[in-house]
Amino acid sequence: MKKISMLSRWGLGALGALAMAPAHAEWTLNMGRGVTDLTDDVFGLHMLIFWICVVIGIGVFGAMLYSVIVHRKARGFEAAHFHESTVVEIAWTVVPFIILIAVAIPAAGTLLQIEDSSDPDMTIRVTGYQWLWEYDYVDEDVSFFSRIDRESDRARQLGSGIDPAGVEHYLRNVDNPMVVPVDTRVRLLLTSGDVIHSWWVPELGGKKDAIPGYINDMWFEANETGTYRGQCAELCGRGHAFMPIVVKVVSQSEYDEWVAEQGGDAGSEGELATGQPSPDEASADEATSSEESPTAGNATEGRTEDDSEDQPEEAEESMVGSGEEDEGSEPATGDEQDSDADEASDDSGSDDGGSEESDSADQDAGGDSEEAAASSGSDNGSNGGSGDEDEGSGGDAAGDGSDEVSKDELMSEGETVYADLCAACHQPDGSGMPSAGFPALKDGAITTGPVEAHVAQVLDGKGAMPPYKGSLSDREIAAVVTYERNSFGNSTGDVIQPSQVAEQR
Amino acid sequence: MSTVNPTDTHHHDDHHHGPVTLADGVWPWMKRWIGTTNHKDLGTLYLIFSFTMLFIGGLMSLVIRAELFAPGIQFVDPAFYNEMITLHALVMIFGGVMPAFVGLANWMVPMMIGCSDLALPRVNNWGFWILPFAFTMLLGTLLVPGGAPASGWTMYPPLVMQTGAALPLMVFALHLAGISSITGAINIVVTILNMRAPDMPLLKMPLFVWTWLITAYLLIAVMPVLAGAVTMILTDHFFGTTFFDAAGGGDPVLFQHIFWFFGHPEVYIMILPAFGIVSTIIPAFARKPLFGHDSMVYAVASIAFLSFIVWAHHMFTVGMPVSAELFFMFATMLIAVPTGVKVFNWVATMWRGSMTFETPMLFALGFVVLFTIGGFSGLMLALTPVDFQYHDSYFVVAHFHYVLVPGAIFSIIAAIYYWIPKWTGVMYNEKLGQFHFWWSAVWINVLFFPQHFLGLAGMPRRIPDYAVQFTDFNMVSSVGAFMFFIGQFVFIYNMIMCMRGSGTKATGRVWEGARGLEWTVASPAPYHTFETPPKIDPREMA
Repeated sequence: MKKISMLSRWGLGALGALAMAPAHAEWTLNMGRGVTDLTDDVFGLHMLIFWICVVIGIGVFGAMLYSVIVHRKARGFEAAHFHESTVVEIAWTVVPFIILIAVAIPAAGTLLQIEDSSDPDMTIRVTGYQWLWEYDYVDEDVSFFSRIDRESDRARQLGSGIDPAGVEHYLRNVDNPMVVPVDTRVRLLLTSGDVIHSWWVPELGGKKDAIPGYINDMWFEANETGTYRGQCAELCGRGHAFMPIVVKVVSQSEYDEWVAEQGGDAGSEGELATGQPSPDEASADEATSSEESPTAGNATEGRTEDDSEDQPEEAEESMVGSGEEDEGSEPATGDEQDSDADEASDDSGSDDGGSEESDSADQDAGGDSEEAAASSGSDNGSNGGSGDEDEGSGGDAAGDGSDEVSKDELMSEGETVYADLCAACHQPDGSGMPSAGFPALKDGAITTGPVEAHVAQVLDGKGAMPPYKGSLSDREIAAVVTYERNSFGNSTGDVIQPSQVAEQR
Repeated sequence: MSTVNPTDTHHHDDHHHGPVTLADGVWPWMKRWIGTTNHKDLGTLYLIFSFTMLFIGGLMSLVIRAELFAPGIQFVDPAFYNEMITLHALVMIFGGVMPAFVGLANWMVPMMIGCSDLALPRVNNWGFWILPFAFTMLLGTLLVPGGAPASGWTMYPPLVMQTGAALPLMVFALHLAGISSITGAINIVVTILNMRAPDMPLLKMPLFVWTWLITAYLLIAVMPVLAGAVTMILTDHFFGTTFFDAAGGGDPVLFQHIFWFFGHPEVYIMILPAFGIVSTIIPAFARKPLFGHDSMVYAVASIAFLSFIVWAHHMFTVGMPVSAELFFMFATMLIAVPTGVKVFNWVATMWRGSMTFETPMLFALGFVVLFTIGGFSGLMLALTPVDFQYHDSYFVVAHFHYVLVPGAIFSIIAAIYYWIPKWTGVMYNEKLGQFHFWWSAVWINVLFFPQHFLGLAGMPRRIPDYAVQFTDFNMVSSVGAFMFFIGQFVFIYNMIMCMRGSGTKATGRVWEGARGLEWTVASPAPYHTFETPPKIDPREMA
């Protein structure tokens, strides 16, 4: 690849400062070099094939231009009559063939390197949803959702009146970036929860599709720290343009700190496993510190906590848990002492088995419940810390009966969820966009009809509406359903409790 | 059915006293166009239909470019934007470019091989009249609940499953368009193989006929594949099958393989006839025979063959085995060889010719240059490791628009300028034609060239809104789009004037260097030509 690098340097020289003026990328003409060895090779190949095209182009267009200028009737040029030449025809078949072989060899070499994702230093499972990403650090027990930042999201609405130029990193900023250490071979395992997406950060290498039912892999090893931005590259519906990807490449020590902040490392698992049955609230808190880690950074989570008092000895642990939540949530809403029973013994097993386990457990004493959660938690650690899918279910169950959530709380939480996820299609005033197929929620058949159907639709989605059972907790769904049934002029008076959602899940 | 004597049907079908005109009354005139089996009438209908669709598809592209003029969402909802990109592609491909080539084939193939009409005139009529219904249905999806299809013309599941009531309409519209294409293709194959003038051997056929023969085979081979793919989507959606649903044991990537097994030959369906047109026009205005006629034929045949074994280069990022990626990369790169041969042959044809630069020649030369640029970016895209960067970015958008607009559509325009004096008997306005070319050539590059830069800088395709660093080139591109579009009215005006018969009378030969049987008949070409097989002067043949 050295030759190619040389060539690319020469190419760069020729393109001059134009290609290398990244500060203000407005008139950038060329591909970026990226920050991995492989993007460097790819850049070299790109320049190699580009210059081959330029040289051939100069030859062909030069001959054409000469001919057009000289061989014209207006200058009295008489037409010749030749119409074939075996030698020439063989030459211009064979020569391009040889050139192609000369390109194909280094291209194949680079391809083999790109596709060799063996021996990774760390693995992150990436799941695409309409329209956000989930990152799941399988060895670190850290998992969170990453979606477009609030400011871009507000500015990008039709008729928002906000100038995108005034928004920092418009459409290229997220609430929770992926964080990885520098000089580390990071393997991504890509899949999707709904339609096909494609994960692309140009500076870290090419893209790879996230396909439901498939697990694709790709890898990168960044040589420089920095923040690298990209976005979904495969049409995935209405919000396709609005699912950015941000990767922060940091030093190893900063990374370790970050992981600790997320509360995810192998240590917490051990604590959990040895955790003793204790009074309901305490056990719940303990579970929280370890169990919630896979959902760390789920932005909505921090906001939906309420402030239950923690006993001092648990407070420390819950600090760890809440710290990671804050990472994801708005600073204003993040609450340190936040773990409540509702969220607490959250079942982090993503599989249905796990959640059923704790569902049944919730019928028993709190201690049993915690054990159930604990066992599913350690399973979870071994199978890759997969999920937060059922995060609410066990927790709601644990809190079931102990406290109902008030309508006011549900309404205010629901309003937030609605603004984040629903308003884009159903509009802030619930009027929908009937012409585009998004029904009005005001006096809607679903929003004023049976509660079960309403909850089911939020859980499972319908048509262009994505299912939210993977990304919203029971409490969030209960909140948003309550909100929708009592807003926009709807006045069903229904108050949906998280436990109701848990039952329907 | 199969035993009908061709001369018999001939007498029943055709109007020996010349076509009915509007002067004979509106209803007889409409009946003529609805019931016509005349290849020239149907060629005209195809072309009018095609330009209507190009206009509608063009308007959609303006919606797209207007929204992309500046960052932020200004005009349309992102969902509607996705409907626009989907319909734009479907309308342009299946309603614009393909029917335009079929129209040209209808008009010219019988006249070029010296036969009186296509072999299956009634099928020909049917094939055309399917199309208005198909596209009424497709465009009608804009009005149904859930909106028009918004999953891109590639219709990848599972996204396509989120289409509302438009899904079955889109599927049936594509079925109909496919039936129309297949009938047209079969008709052309049968005509070319059976109805050539007695002393025209296959290898002496004009290149336009050759390229259409090969195109027709491609159509017959792949349109049923598309029909199968969309039918599976239909049954997945309505009848509980799970061909493409991983949850039911199906495979979403399977669709992509099937689709692109259709899709890649489809790309050549839209460019091979263009090769034929350019290979016809350049020798005429260089006053010199086509260089390497036979090698052109072999090159087209090789390209057609290769088109069946490169489909997966459209989907390098789905995570194929590395051996498959290598195979598809090498096979794709191979296409550069026969394509290069064609370009070299065109330049060699011009070399030491005695060229003049009337409008058809200008568009043909514009084709050679700009199509070659599209070919270069195609070669770049063939390299799998680099394609991981280019894929689904605006670089790809630039690439395929270069081969489709200044490629396929320029060739269609060149063909119309070249042959319309033969069709109407009057010359078009040359000054307006020259203006049309230079206007189009400038703005098409303003429109599409900056998209290369956008793609390389990391802008994905199919997005209604973008990060602010992409603003400037998007603005340039949008300006180019509107200017290019406006310029096309000059062309429409020019052609309408020809169709109304106003302009200087054309001679039979029309162009000094034009060769071929079509130039041996009067201008305008009589309603029925070559009712008895012509005796061919060897100078008229390739």
